[in-house]
Amino acid sequence: MKIIDISRTSIRSLNANRGRSVLTILGVVIGVFSVVTLVSIGRGMQNYIEDQFNALGSNLLFVAPGKADFGGDPSASQTRNKLEEKHVDLIKNSAGDMFVTVSPYVVAGANVKYKTKTYFANIQGIDSKDQKTYNYELQQGRFFTKAEQNTSAKIAIIGPLVVDELFGTRSPLDSRIKVNDETYLVIGTFKEKGSNFDDGVIVPYTTAKETFDIQYVSSIVAKVKNQEDVELATREIKIALLNDLKEDDFSVLSQTDILSTIQSILQILTIGIGSIAGISLLVGGIGIMNIMLVSVTERTREIGLRKALGATQFDIAYQFLIESVFLSIGGGFIGLILGWLGTFISAQFLRTEIPFWAILLAFGFSVFVGVVFGTYPALKAAKKDPVEALRYE
Amino acid sequence: MSDNSTPFLKADSIVKEYRIDGTEIRALDNVSIEVYKGELMSIVGKSGSGKSTLMHILGLLDTPSSGKVILNGDEVSRLKERYIAKVRNNEIGFVFQSFHLLQRATALENVMLPLMYSSVPKHLWIKMAKEKLDLVGLSDRMDNKSNELSGGQKQRVAIARALVNDPSIILADEPTGNLDSKTGESIFELFTTLNKQGKTIVLVTHDEELSQKTNRQIALKDGKIVQYLNI
Repeated sequence: MKIIDISRTSIRSLNANRGRSVLTILGVVIGVFSVVTLVSIGRGMQNYIEDQFNALGSNLLFVAPGKADFGGDPSASQTRNKLEEKHVDLIKNSAGDMFVTVSPYVVAGANVKYKTKTYFANIQGIDSKDQKTYNYELQQGRFFTKAEQNTSAKIAIIGPLVVDELFGTRSPLDSRIKVNDETYLVIGTFKEKGSNFDDGVIVPYTTAKETFDIQYVSSIVAKVKNQEDVELATREIKIALLNDLKEDDFSVLSQTDILSTIQSILQILTIGIGSIAGISLLVGGIGIMNIMLVSVTERTREIGLRKALGATQFDIAYQFLIESVFLSIGGGFIGLILGWLGTFISAQFLRTEIPFWAILLAFGFSVFVGVVFGTYPALKAAKKDPVEALRYE
Repeated sequence: MSDNSTPFLKADSIVKEYRIDGTEIRALDNVSIEVYKGELMSIVGKSGSGKSTLMHILGLLDTPSSGKVILNGDEVSRLKERYIAKVRNNEIGFVFQSFHLLQRATALENVMLPLMYSSVPKHLWIKMAKEKLDLVGLSDRMDNKSNELSGGQKQRVAIARALVNDPSIILADEPTGNLDSKTGESIFELFTTLNKQGKTIVLVTHDEELSQKTNRQIALKDGKIVQYLNI
């Protein structure tokens, strides 16, 4: 009963200083908003990458040029690339029976033109056997053959985004497109795979090497027969390649290696940006404390009066504490709504996901901030000497 | 007009000392007074005589350096804070020179304020507050905010607030000090009316003329009682 009435008094006094209350909670609003938005973007990014890997299919091992340590300049490993087609044979010869396929992979970005339209696409040179390795499903037409690969035929199977951009609703089959100013015949299209595979143009890797005049291959992709052999296969690939290459010239990565490394980086990043956003919550809390201290001083006489009329220290402390808690809860709530809006807007460009724990954390932390930073002003109010307080001018 | 031979509020050998900038100041020097049920008495003295300090100690807003305050036979000056708050709420009604009303609240809400800290059930609050506003002649102003009231009306609201919990004693500190003489007189008349209805009232004032209108006066000078006067 009494608690409800004191709370009502607190709301009334916040309402009387509406402008000030709104400015005070801005810090908490911004804090909660940024925690929610940034965490959900980070979370969305993690999901996106996970999906990318799933779209690739499992059991894949990648041999990448250079030492993969996720540090330094990634392009450096390509300029010192020593991976060649012969290394594919090297692996096949020494441990061929462990793999479904071992094949080279060549990738390059290039402008693809059809009549007046241009689209910057991912040109992926793969092996004729690799349609299954990468889980490509045909929408129209056919895949290229081993014979076409051997003759470096200028043919392409294009992704749904490329179809949309260059052809719209028309069928692209048997059309001629230009890749790096060389004419290719479109022999097929593949179904949506999700993620950035969809802007791909698949060509025989031999053709890609010719078109882009590349000596080396971007990587070697090996599909292991049995999932449990992935570790053993990794070792076999290393042994095979060390016959021709030095240890620093290549690295063998499994999907799980890459995924877990990227996931852990993103996790740290998400926690990092979340904590930075959390600091603004802390600053918001200090703002609340500051304004509550001002409020306690302004209302010194009121505190004296309430004490004279029978308010206990607890009653006074409660009244002021509940004010700061209301401020921070209000800020937290507005922050959540804005965070949700922010996430909604970013979802138009990025993949996002608001994890429930982020909502609880942001809101819980804002209440915590209200209590922590409200306590000192509340105690200060409660401890005021009634005689001094009544005399205060 | 004491209707009781034993005092119900007693201050016994009160000493109050302050330290200001290293020098000891004795605001009250061995002061003993007794308040009897139903009387209208005054504590009179010039500024600095210690009369306000005495009132604060009687009203349990301040604690004496030594000496005791006895209410209804119990020593109350050394109780724990929350019990003291309870005694203030139940037994004592304060009226201040500068009214001390909450600006944003209506007259009725101001009068209800002590009830918020009492054990009185909420459904009685409005009824009780209205009764007291009626008693001080302000039943038509109860929805006015305090800053819409005149000085005299403000003090009437403050008196209604002091009465709302039916305290044993009203302590009024210079209640006419901020009012013109005509309004001051009407406020004093209100006190005499309340006294006739049985309220015990202690008036603290520097105004000797006003003080002489009460039944009993105690004069303070430099923290000591210099004169008792019974009419």
